[in-house]
Amino acid sequence: MSPDLSAGIYLVATVLFILGLKGLASPKTALRGNTYAMVGMVIAIVATFYHKDVSSYSWIVAGLVIGAIIGSVAAVRIQMTDMPQLVAILHSFVGLSAVLVAIGTYEMHARMDALGTVFLIEVSLGSAIGAITFTGSVVAFGKLQGLLKSNPLIFKGQHLLNLALIIIIGLLCYKCVISPSVGYLILLTILAFALGVLIVVPVGGADMPVIVSMLNSYSGWAAAATGFTLHNNLLITTGALVGSSGAILSYIMCKAMNRSFFSVILGGFGGETEVASGESNEGKSVSSAGAADAGFMMENATKIIIVPGYGMAVAQAQQAVKELFDTLTEMQVEVKFAIHPVAGRMPGHMNVLLAEADIPYDVVEELEEINGEFATTDIALVIGANDILNPAAKTDKSSPLYGMPILDAYRAKQVFICKRSMSSGYAGVDNDLFYYDNCSLIFGDAKVTVEALVEAIRES
Amino acid sequence: MSESMVGIYVFVLSCVIGYYVIWGVTPALHTPLMAVTNAISAIVVVGAILVAGYSDNGFSIMQVIGFFAVLLASINIFGGFVVTNRMLAMFKRKKK
Repeated sequence: MSPDLSAGIYLVATVLFILGLKGLASPKTALRGNTYAMVGMVIAIVATFYHKDVSSYSWIVAGLVIGAIIGSVAAVRIQMTDMPQLVAILHSFVGLSAVLVAIGTYEMHARMDALGTVFLIEVSLGSAIGAITFTGSVVAFGKLQGLLKSNPLIFKGQHLLNLALIIIIGLLCYKCVISPSVGYLILLTILAFALGVLIVVPVGGADMPVIVSMLNSYSGWAAAATGFTLHNNLLITTGALVGSSGAILSYIMCKAMNRSFFSVILGGFGGETEVASGESNEGKSVSSAGAADAGFMMENATKIIIVPGYGMAVAQAQQAVKELFDTLTEMQVEVKFAIHPVAGRMPGHMNVLLAEADIPYDVVEELEEINGEFATTDIALVIGANDILNPAAKTDKSSPLYGMPILDAYRAKQVFICKRSMSSGYAGVDNDLFYYDNCSLIFGDAKVTVEALVEAIRES
Repeated sequence: MSESMVGIYVFVLSCVIGYYVIWGVTPALHTPLMAVTNAISAIVVVGAILVAGYSDNGFSIMQVIGFFAVLLASINIFGGFVVTNRMLAMFKRKKK
C-alpha cells in the first residue's frame, strides 16, 4: 500500500473518531457514535497490516486475539460500580503499550541506522509519558480497588524529589541524544515509572475523579507522542483528542470542587491534618426521623428531588432507589434526580449507575439545570452524599469547602438524609445542613432505608 | 516544512477540535466518554503492529516486545469499546 493511500485511510479513521466523540453530545446519538469509532479503529488496524514494513503476522494476530478475549470478557463482567477501576487499569495498558512501542521503535531505527536528534527526543518523551501513565494508573487502580490505602500519602521533600526526577529524566534524554544508547532510554523510562507512582500516591479518595481524568489525558498525550516518533498523523490526532478530553474533564472536576488542579496534584486533601470547620456546630442538635414518617410525607408530596452520592453505590442501593422512583411515580409524585459533578468516583459515574437501574435519563439532571428547582420542591431525599450539600460552602469563609458549588437541597421544604452515622464527609468537615430545622436524618444502611421507605409508602 | 513541524500543526489543530467536541459532550455521558477515549487512545496499536511485524532475519526480541504492545492495546480496544457499548445501551428515555 502506498504511503499516500494509507495516510488517506488513516484520515478517514480520524474523522470517524471525531464523529464518535461528537455522538456523545446526546444519549440519542451516542451508540451510533461508538459504532463510528469502532469502524475507525478497524480500518486503521487493517490499513496498518498492509504497511510496507510489516512482514510477519503471527505475533500481531496472536496479540490481537488474546487481547480481544481478555478485554471483552473484562468489559462484559465488570460491575458498573467498579467502572473507575476498569478505566484506570485500561489507562495503564495504553501507557505500557506506548513504552513498549517506543523501545521497539528505537530498536527498529537503530537497526536501520536512523537515529536522528528529533527522533531521539520524540522517542524519549513518548516512553516517559507512557511510563508515567502506566504506573500512575496502576496506583490509581490500587487505590480505587482498595488494594492500597486511599488516604493521601505525604512525606517530606516529596515535591523536591519529583522535581529532581524530572530534571534527571531530562538529562538522560539529552545524554541519549548526544550518544544514542537503548540503556539511557530504558533508564529514563524506569525513572518515569517512579515518577508516575509519586504523582498519584499523595492524592486522596474523593480527589480520584480528577486523577482518573488526568491519567485519561496522559494516555492521550502518550499516544500523541508515539505518533510523533512514528510520523503518524492518525496517532497524533487521536492522542490530541483524548488528551484534551481528559484535560477538560479534570478541569470540570476541579471547578466542581473549587480546587485548583495544582493543589490536587500536590495532594494531601482529606488527610489527617485537615482542620475542621471554623464555626462549631457543638451544642446544636440534629433531628432524626424513621422511614415510616418519611414515607408518609413523601407520598403526600407533589415534587421530590433525590440526591444520590457515592454512598448509594457503596450500599448497592440503586435498585431500591429505582423501586422508590417507580412507586412514587405511580402515585403521581414528580420525582427527579440531582447529580453533582463530583458525585461518585469518576465523572458521570452516578448517571451510569442510575441508567443501569433503569431510571430514565430525562429525569436525571445536572447541578446547573436543577438547582433552581429545590425552592419549589417538597422533599429533597439525600442518599449517601454529604459535602456536596453543605451550605457552609456558601456561607462560611473559613470552611475548606468555601466556594465549592453545592446542590441547594437546603432550600427544599423538607430534607431527608439517609446516613450511616454522624461521621463527617470526605473533606472532614461537619455538615451545617444536618442542623437546619427543615432537615431530618434517617440513620442506617442506604439500601435498607430506601427499601423501608418503599414499604412504608406501599402499605399506607 | 519538516515532518515534525507538520506533526505539530496536526497536533495543535486536533487539540482545538478536541476542545470544541468535548465541551459539547453532555455531562451525563462523561463516564462513557472516558471509556471510549480509552478505547481510541489504544490507537498506539498501529505502532505496536509496526514493531511486532518487523522482521529482518527471523525471530528477534522486537517481535516479543511488539507482541506485548499489541496485546495490551488490544485489551484496551475491546475492553473500551465493549464497555462503552454496554453503558450507552442502558441510557433510556421515559416510556410514555
